[in-house]
Amino acid sequence: MTEMVRLIEPLIPALRRYARALLRDRAAADDLVQDCLERAIGRWHQRRADREPRAWIFAILHNLAMTRLRRAANRPRPVAVEDVGEGDLANPAAQEDSLRYRDLVSALSRLPDEQRTVLLLVCVEELSYAEAARVLDVPIGTVMSRLSRARERLHKAISDNSRPETAHPHLRRVK
Amino acid sequence: MTTRPIAEDDLNAYVDEALDAERRAEVVAYLETHPEMAERIAAHRAERDLLRVAFAPVVEEPLPPQLSLARMIEARRRPAGTPRWAMAAAAILLLGVGAAGGWSLRGMGVAPSGGLQALGREAAASYAVFAPDQARPVEIRAENRAQLVAWTSRRLGRPVAIPDLASSGYRLMGGRVVATEHGPAALFMYDDDKGNRLVMFARPMTNGRDMPVAPHVQDGINGYTWADDGLGYSLVGAVAPGLLHPLADEVRRQIRSEA
Repeated sequence: MTEMVRLIEPLIPALRRYARALLRDRAAADDLVQDCLERAIGRWHQRRADREPRAWIFAILHNLAMTRLRRAANRPRPVAVEDVGEGDLANPAAQEDSLRYRDLVSALSRLPDEQRTVLLLVCVEELSYAEAARVLDVPIGTVMSRLSRARERLHKAISDNSRPETAHPHLRRVK
Repeated sequence: MTTRPIAEDDLNAYVDEALDAERRAEVVAYLETHPEMAERIAAHRAERDLLRVAFAPVVEEPLPPQLSLARMIEARRRPAGTPRWAMAAAAILLLGVGAAGGWSLRGMGVAPSGGLQALGREAAASYAVFAPDQARPVEIRAENRAQLVAWTSRRLGRPVAIPDLASSGYRLMGGRVVATEHGPAALFMYDDDKGNRLVMFARPMTNGRDMPVAPHVQDGINGYTWADDGLGYSLVGAVAPGLLHPLADEVRRQIRSEA
């Protein structure tokens, strides 16, 4: 178990980052990471010792996050979407004061889960394509095609939504 | 000399800096002659950098104590490692503290929220009915554990795990399905060498999928109630809160690591 602490502990900040990026709520994300670590402790002896533990533990976290997001999506919303003011929908992002580049983060959050996750794993967590494939439990080819679509879609969302404070002020529409 | 045609995958790998030097040079050469594509790829690289910067503050935050791996491993090891005499001594000590402690919880403003409150009441009511029953406290006995799991899981409409409290000195007696206002619930009963009984109660929650552990007390029956993954749990017994709380933590830990 001291080996586990040595190998897993340095990964915890990155696990928190991935969970936070997906759930966009600090407390919920940390709960998820805690769940992930509990499970990792319980399954430590089952893992393949010849492999890097990073993809292994990210896979545990990823599966927990997907279960949680799916459950949240299935629950009926108390109000119809049409009744919600824009401010209400923007609220989850507002919880995250530590996150800069709000437009980018909100564009990211509008991507389908399969694109959002691959983008975060490859771009932010800097997993190799092979590691990302193991986390997502899909072939590498699928990782690549999702990544292409994710990049295109994120780029389009940001360009369409450009405002002076974003990264592309020159795209601002002048009326 | 001809080079392999540039594929979408190469462009992705270029953005992610995953190409070897030779292929990278070929992609650079390609982009030099395809300015529109070069612009798109440059934007993708810029967005990758922005994403990294956007989420970078999270890794700089100090880790909250709940995410201390060493502590979690230690907590997991302790219940099994504590000698029985120490548990007994702690129990005697805590029974005294608990008599007073149970009372003080009433006024402490730690009342569990709506859904949990109902669950806690149901658990305490079931305990009051079944725990004193000497003839037939449980419907299915521990010997038929698999049958008990199958029955309760079928009635609750989802898998129900029966926690093992043997390391804390409590053996499973058995269990049954009981009625609540919110549908069927699973009741599992445990006892120790002195015949003290505990009840572990579980039913699906109508609202609130995850809720932290909250204490409650009703007519001298203490309980700890929480919700995990849409299933509500309550551990109740006529024992001190100080003794019950670690047991509730242990139950929760087992359920989480099995899920």
